[in-house]
Amino acid sequence: MNVLVCVKRVPAPGAKINITADGQAVDTAYLAFTTSPHEECAVEAAVQLVEAHGGEATVMTLGPTEAEEQLRYAASVGAAKCVLLPIDGADWDPQRTAQALATAIAGVEAANGPFDLILFGNESADSGNFQVGVRVAHALGRPIVNGVKGIEVDGDAVRARREADAGVEVYRLPLPAVLGIKEGINLPRYPTMKGRLAAKKAEVAQVAPEGEPGGQQMVTLVQPPVTVTETVILGHGPDAAPAVVDLLEELGLLK
Amino acid sequence: MSEVPSHAKVVVIGAGIVGNCLVGHLSRLGWTDMVLLDKGPLPNPGGSTGHASNFIFPTDHNKEMAFLTVDSQNQYIGLGLNNTCGGIEVARTPERMHEFTRRMTSAKAWGIDARLVTPAEIKEMVPFINEEILLGGYYTPSVSVVDSLASGTSMREEAVAKGALQVFANTEVLDIETTPVPGGLPKVTAVVTNKGRIECEYVAIACGVWSPRIAEMAGATIPLTPAVHQMADVGPIDVLVESNKELAFPIIRDMDTFCYERQSAGSMEVGSYAHRPILMRPDDIPSNEAAALTPTELPLTYDDFEPQMEQAIELMEMLGDAEIKYAINGLLSLTPDANPVLGECVEVRNLWSAAAVWIKEGPGIAQLVAEWMTYGYPHMCDPHGSDISRFYPHEKTEWHINARCNEHFNKTYGIVHPREQWASQRGMRRSPFYAREEALGAVFFDARGWERPQWYESNAGLMEKYPEACQPRQHEWDARWWSPITNAEHLAMRESVGMVDLTAFNEFDFEGPGACDFLNWVCVNNVDVAVGRSVYTPLLTPQGGFRGDLTIQRLGTDHFRVITGAFDGGRDHYWFTKHMEQFNAHHGPQGKWVTFNDMSGAMCTIGVWGPNAAATMAKIATDHTTAAYDVSQEGFPYGAVRDVLIGGVPCTMFRISYVGDNGWEIYTRMEHGLKLWDAIAAAGQEFGIIPVGIGVYALTGRIEKGYRLMGSELESEYNPVEAGLARPKVKSADFIGKEAYLSARAESPAAVMCTLSMDSQRCAEGYDRFPMGGNEPILTLGGERILDSKGRVSRVTTAGAAPSLGKYLLLAYLPPEHAVVGTKLQMMYMNELYPVTVEVAGSTPLFDPTDARMKS
Repeated sequence: MNVLVCVKRVPAPGAKINITADGQAVDTAYLAFTTSPHEECAVEAAVQLVEAHGGEATVMTLGPTEAEEQLRYAASVGAAKCVLLPIDGADWDPQRTAQALATAIAGVEAANGPFDLILFGNESADSGNFQVGVRVAHALGRPIVNGVKGIEVDGDAVRARREADAGVEVYRLPLPAVLGIKEGINLPRYPTMKGRLAAKKAEVAQVAPEGEPGGQQMVTLVQPPVTVTETVILGHGPDAAPAVVDLLEELGLLK
Repeated sequence: MSEVPSHAKVVVIGAGIVGNCLVGHLSRLGWTDMVLLDKGPLPNPGGSTGHASNFIFPTDHNKEMAFLTVDSQNQYIGLGLNNTCGGIEVARTPERMHEFTRRMTSAKAWGIDARLVTPAEIKEMVPFINEEILLGGYYTPSVSVVDSLASGTSMREEAVAKGALQVFANTEVLDIETTPVPGGLPKVTAVVTNKGRIECEYVAIACGVWSPRIAEMAGATIPLTPAVHQMADVGPIDVLVESNKELAFPIIRDMDTFCYERQSAGSMEVGSYAHRPILMRPDDIPSNEAAALTPTELPLTYDDFEPQMEQAIELMEMLGDAEIKYAINGLLSLTPDANPVLGECVEVRNLWSAAAVWIKEGPGIAQLVAEWMTYGYPHMCDPHGSDISRFYPHEKTEWHINARCNEHFNKTYGIVHPREQWASQRGMRRSPFYAREEALGAVFFDARGWERPQWYESNAGLMEKYPEACQPRQHEWDARWWSPITNAEHLAMRESVGMVDLTAFNEFDFEGPGACDFLNWVCVNNVDVAVGRSVYTPLLTPQGGFRGDLTIQRLGTDHFRVITGAFDGGRDHYWFTKHMEQFNAHHGPQGKWVTFNDMSGAMCTIGVWGPNAAATMAKIATDHTTAAYDVSQEGFPYGAVRDVLIGGVPCTMFRISYVGDNGWEIYTRMEHGLKLWDAIAAAGQEFGIIPVGIGVYALTGRIEKGYRLMGSELESEYNPVEAGLARPKVKSADFIGKEAYLSARAESPAAVMCTLSMDSQRCAEGYDRFPMGGNEPILTLGGERILDSKGRVSRVTTAGAAPSLGKYLLLAYLPPEHAVVGTKLQMMYMNELYPVTVEVAGSTPLFDPTDARMKS
């Protein structure tokens, strides 16, 4: 089973993200970069599928040359092939990104045969447009289900499970298909030292992206207002009880 | 949000291992009204303490650091936060195995249990190691992992519980205010924070990698740079998980790859000092908010770490399949000479630095700084290697810090030779004789920026004249940074005359109606001598130990010139000027003021010594009328200081000797230097004058005379009585350390400085070895360490050839029962024992005991 995972290089979460003075970019001085968490799970899912069913996992990204770091990370946890669509400077909007990816996928498939499954993260961690996977599936004429938290291969088809308000939805998609993976489907493994060392030597194929940057343009980035929370220690042990009661009353939770 | 108090006695900034232990120790010494600040949260504010690997390998070749490390480990034990697991330094190369014999020797000196182990023994203790690539190991059973955060918390809470301390986390220092002091340096007055302003008398900076930035707020310098140390936590690993312990296996230091492997419950921490030096600026460290983990845990740069991963897997194959759960470019502090930066800042009074400290020495250093702040100088040990005032101005620049740290980072686990020379930042200070010296094939050694000829290749031919004394040294280690030419220069000087470049000396001028009284207050010996005379004197700490050792020339009624060495200039500069400010504050208003002028950069010096020194100088020394100057012993006695023309160059001749032969130190202004050099060289030609290197001046000549050196024999742990430098009488005037000095004189000394000789230098492999005075322990014939009644160990403080005596000499303090001429003892060098004999107890020179040569 050949699985393709499309990933995106995004700033690593966990800290306050600073914005450059002109509001046009994230200040990367102190930032590490990572793969969007949903996509980390997609890579793990692909590697598990290949471990169970054979074949190989390929990982692809459209991004700056530095995005090689994210491809090699995927390689370090088991992806066999890496494809980079290098861009420099200006952002590509979701429509153009999808177009470039679809063209590149078609090119790779023309040479190597079709991917049985193409996995995306449900949405990217930075811009969160929820579009690229759907657009690529549409362009390739393949079915897609988003929000997937379970995959089972079933002959020529795949069963995809996702959570819904009332329970669990299960879809059966004929292969080849596209899935948007959601965090929680698995616990992605960390790379091993050997994995890291092997990934260093992994070949990264470069495919010039078709199309032009642009499309929808970001006007400006704005730092969300800082919500200041204050912690008040009401007391320790049983002595704290009256203060807790007072507070609950004040909040109208006790009558 | 709690506001800070408006006033405190002392504000300590930084709640890492150092700041926490500092407030704890200050409170134990009686300090109250203290405030501790940190910009981060507690208990882990985000500095280097928070990500430290926390292990302690106690062996260190450096006495000061070894003492502070062992003391700190004992403090962690006392806090119940020391987990002993043992540690093995493993060798992949023969050079490292040799280094382990040196470590065994240092361990013996400091009383640390250690032993050499075979690859099979390593395998037995660490079953998952690949012993096939190892030649052996150095095993220390007492190696431990400590809980530095809990230890710091405990020390801090101890001070809080006493009511001596208030603590404010998440409190950022915005400024340190100072006030000008007439006739002195500014002093601190307040710390401004985002939660208010605290007026205070003292500020202590214990901010690790941020220390330079905080010091700069007050206009002071703490010379260190943040630097990356890479570390990854890999696991889970079955064998570690199954051990069911935090630490079931000894920590491994893979010395030749500069890496370590330390168990952390089910996983292994792999750390490296092998990657390229990655230095940062304090201002480029992210804030707590902008850091994904903490400000000092930056994302690992894998390109730098990958070669180490391969080496780690080679040593422990299981590491290859373990997952990398956590990996950082951890920040720690590096300094230009790899020692901590401790003491009062030299630019601002009452501003203290306790920076560039590792976990392994944190509590001990905190105690040391607390004692220093309390008593004026530490009691526990002499901090001269860590003293912030040791730096010269050019050594405090970012340029210098970065150059030296880039050079020494990869020596963190390196094998550093005691005489090893820096490659970077050379040629910073050159004497006017430099061009002549270079032409003579001088091999230059660095003396705190000064380029000093250690020996001259132009003297190589002399070795044929003294073949016995000029044998090569068989072991490369003993021969490194050394030449037998030194011994030839030594003997040629003793036979005729030699000239030595001493420009690296510091000259401090004190002038004014209070100069004599001031110097008498700072110095032990009476400086109130006739104009044109000189005084040798120790400077003492308030506890009566050595703080300095120097000579003073009286150039006029109110004009004195202090001469001190290159390695102590910064510290002496600080000591004199600090006390001068106090003196002027007390006595200035009564008209007894004194001024200070650092003449070091304006003066150059040549030493001329040997039996023909006087004949040489007689040819060219004149008075201002061009009449020949009387340089005879009668006309120009030992210790006299005279203004003389030499070849027309105005000079100050000072009849003194540190090498044991008659002669002078000759001082002139820097711009006259070359003329002076040429005049002396020409006049000495008929006597076969040769240039003589510092190898003779600082070692072979000195050791034959048993002359003590500040920082080697003379440290604050020892007093002048023990050093054999007490004069028959004590002056009536009061001076720093007098009370302690009088007590020391009244008691019999606990140790006596002795000169010993090696009865045999023959090692087990059948050739001679040459110890370097690197704290080699003196042992009884039974192989036991020798401790005096104050607990101080007998160790070699200086070792060197005595070519005129045909012996190899050692200087060491011995307790009185061993300090008896003829006593047979042993000395350990490179883990082998050598028989030694006490030749002299006290200060009588072994060579020319009556000093007849110097006075003839």
